[in-house]
Amino acid sequence: MSHPAKASEFLEDSAKSKWHDETLWFVRDKRDTISKSIPEWEQLRELASQIKDNVLSNLDSYLVEFEKKAKANNIHIHWAKDAEEHNQIVLSILQQHRCKAIVKSKSILTEECHLNPFLEENGVEVVDTDLGERIVQFLNQPPSHIVLPAIHLKKRDISEIFHEKLQTEKGNEDPTYLTHAARVHLREKFLGAKVAITGVNFGVAETGEFVVCTNEGNADMGVHLADVHIACMGIEKIIPRRKDLGVFLRLLARSATGQPITNYNSHFRSPAQGKQIHIVLLDNGRTTQLGREKFKNSLKCIRCGACMNTCPIYRRSGGYSYGSVVPGPIGSILSPGLDLKKHSSLPFASTLCGSCTDVCPVKINIHEQLYEWRQEITKDQGTNAKSISMKIANGIFAVPFAYKVSGAIMRGALKILPDSITYSGLNTWGKQRDLPETPKETFKEWYKKNRS
Amino acid sequence: MSSRDSILAKIKAIPTEKKPLPEIPDFELNINLKEAFIQSIKGNKGEVIDQAQLNEFLEINRFTKIIDLSKSFQDLGTLDLPQDAHDLADVEVAIIKGQFGVAENGAIWLTDENMGLRALPFITEHLVIVLDEKSLVDNMHAAYYKIGNQPSGFGLFLAGPSKTADIEQSLVIGAHGAKSLQVVLTNL
Amino acid sequence: MNFNKNIGLFIPCYVDQFYPKVAIATMELLEKLGCKVTYPMAQTCCGQPMANAGYERGTVGTTKHFLETFRDFDYVVAPSGSCVLHIKEHVPAVPGMEKEQKAIQDKTFELTEFLTDVLKVENIKGSFPHKVGFHSSCHGHRGLRLGSCSERNEPFFSKGKQLLEQLEGLEWVELTRKDECCGFGGTFAVTEEALSVQMGKDRLEDHLVHGVEVLTGGDMSCIMHLEGIARRNKHPLQFKHIAEILNEAIS
Repeated sequence: MSHPAKASEFLEDSAKSKWHDETLWFVRDKRDTISKSIPEWEQLRELASQIKDNVLSNLDSYLVEFEKKAKANNIHIHWAKDAEEHNQIVLSILQQHRCKAIVKSKSILTEECHLNPFLEENGVEVVDTDLGERIVQFLNQPPSHIVLPAIHLKKRDISEIFHEKLQTEKGNEDPTYLTHAARVHLREKFLGAKVAITGVNFGVAETGEFVVCTNEGNADMGVHLADVHIACMGIEKIIPRRKDLGVFLRLLARSATGQPITNYNSHFRSPAQGKQIHIVLLDNGRTTQLGREKFKNSLKCIRCGACMNTCPIYRRSGGYSYGSVVPGPIGSILSPGLDLKKHSSLPFASTLCGSCTDVCPVKINIHEQLYEWRQEITKDQGTNAKSISMKIANGIFAVPFAYKVSGAIMRGALKILPDSITYSGLNTWGKQRDLPETPKETFKEWYKKNRS
Repeated sequence: MSSRDSILAKIKAIPTEKKPLPEIPDFELNINLKEAFIQSIKGNKGEVIDQAQLNEFLEINRFTKIIDLSKSFQDLGTLDLPQDAHDLADVEVAIIKGQFGVAENGAIWLTDENMGLRALPFITEHLVIVLDEKSLVDNMHAAYYKIGNQPSGFGLFLAGPSKTADIEQSLVIGAHGAKSLQVVLTNL
Repeated sequence: MNFNKNIGLFIPCYVDQFYPKVAIATMELLEKLGCKVTYPMAQTCCGQPMANAGYERGTVGTTKHFLETFRDFDYVVAPSGSCVLHIKEHVPAVPGMEKEQKAIQDKTFELTEFLTDVLKVENIKGSFPHKVGFHSSCHGHRGLRLGSCSERNEPFFSKGKQLLEQLEGLEWVELTRKDECCGFGGTFAVTEEALSVQMGKDRLEDHLVHGVEVLTGGDMSCIMHLEGIARRNKHPLQFKHIAEILNEAIS
């Protein structure tokens, strides 16, 4: 199903979609407020963008430096060219440690690699430990937002699934009660897991350390109790210097949820005595994206989710309407790079309002890249009349203003057409909107009479 | 070719214009560090208390499983640090020393030497951090300047108790880790 | 006041066809402010709908025609942020006309910014005693930066407000979501009809709960969309382009 179809489905439950819009708007509003409490906010965004520019133009040397430093700190480094290799590496580490159950904290990268189903097929129980992720895992759903994975659910939904899976009281929808039930359930999983998997927010080339940020503390609960920590990291997560963290940690949580910092910001540099740390460095299309001059800036993304919270489309259509691992504006510029055909409707799921670009803490020109993807998609699809771009091109002529110069004929038609046609389903514009009244004369005609 | 070499080769083959790495200004803040820090901790749902309040907290709740690594007051601990982190599972209170605090966001820097076992500040039911008021810095730039090249296997900016808002954005404290954070600001 | 420059009036094709009153108001307003305004009859659509739909490469001819039509003017002014943004930032390069293209991009202005930044209009004598809600169209607002954007940490400014506040009796209404998109978005209005209409309804609601009588803005395309929804739902709002308000008030 394309984005428009899924979006209109989401809008059918108007109370829920209104709640979704208002809740995410509230998060965006908190971000706006806190960002304005930092006088140097715009300068920080510029610095973050410049640091990432530097990274993207020296990525190979930073990766080599990162590897060297990490190895010197007794960290094992693995390289994976694609999702399949990534998953095999993770599995082989688990097999070496005879591990049949793991705990995992939030990692969009492992979603991208579809690691959970792969491990489950190979007999490994995977427990997502971020509360939101555990909820969607119980429901067999992917996250609908990269920072707020269960934002599409109401507490009633969560109460029902917890009653089924965790035997909580039927009908008890109190968030504190439900959260504490999850705490007890997950505490047992943390204590029992030999291997813990996390994502990575930042990898520091200078020191070989990597940083993981959470509010729940679930990443740390997992890794400090396990014998082995596997950190799955996209190659673009590198930053050059430790002090660059000062810039990024000031921006990340403020952009994501409007809080000054996440409550836990863990810097892993070497394993504790008797334990192991593995880092899997993943390409999976990133080097290809780096080679696309117009789109490489998308690799600056620090996964804060601010573009989702601000996007008037995302807020009203939900994460699933995008049908891609990373939804929202940033997803709409990353996903076409992975599979242009599958994701061809996403760059059109935007009014190009530009709000995403203005909230982005690393100044990715998201809406301009959406525009550029549109140009690519129409080239790729040629003149196939069924293609989305052709529908959109045809759509131009369905919008009353855009029928170019032969408008007089069109104006005539508007007058003659019976209301039933103008306002039927055939005319998409007129379905829920009146058409403008047709004036007696065009401006051109007026000008000829009055000014020349 | 290994995946490592092919990834690196692929990157090398992309023609790029080298972009310089910017210097980072210190963005000094003219604020009262202590007041700002206390506000930040409150905002993160922690509390700033004094030593008397700490004693009161321990007494009222009649905690019996306390680990005190802070070496700041008389030893308030009832338990020694175990060998295995799993044995921390029912610790009620951990008292540790923080290295310094950051006024703009309430983050407190901790490393292996403060935590004993890395799991401690997470797994304990309640966390108490003892922090010298004079250690406060204004923002994260000053914080990383202070950390410099400090070589610790594990470093942590901890800014509050474990929290989540994953159920309808309702804030709940005590998701997995500590259900409370209390910071004892000292001026010794 | 006499502004001794030749101004080429650039009227979006849909305004020519559907909203001649907006084009007339723009023309009269500029004339009242002492400008010499010419409407080059040869002008056509600027090519934005095609470009935004992914066919920018198909608009070289349109763009070349635009350059040829407007190149001899000192300024090009349009009552639309969206079309001006397209001319300034999105038109494809016309081979052999790079210099002219750069020159025309520098001298093309959206109406309100032309009034505030070039003519430096300061003491408009006129009144408009109504509660006015201003719709900040995205292409003008975030594209041309006609006002401070809610996402950015920058001092407040609004070229629209700067002009409207000069009118006696006009009450500027603060909205809850000051600069959210109305959901028009060109072809988006039909390809994502459900979302487009919902976004429009939400914008209208914001104006209605704050007691707006007249909804105005700098782009008729957004206003056409909002008005279309309001009419269908029998909302009591009036809709006017900012040029109409200023022109009415001054006369």
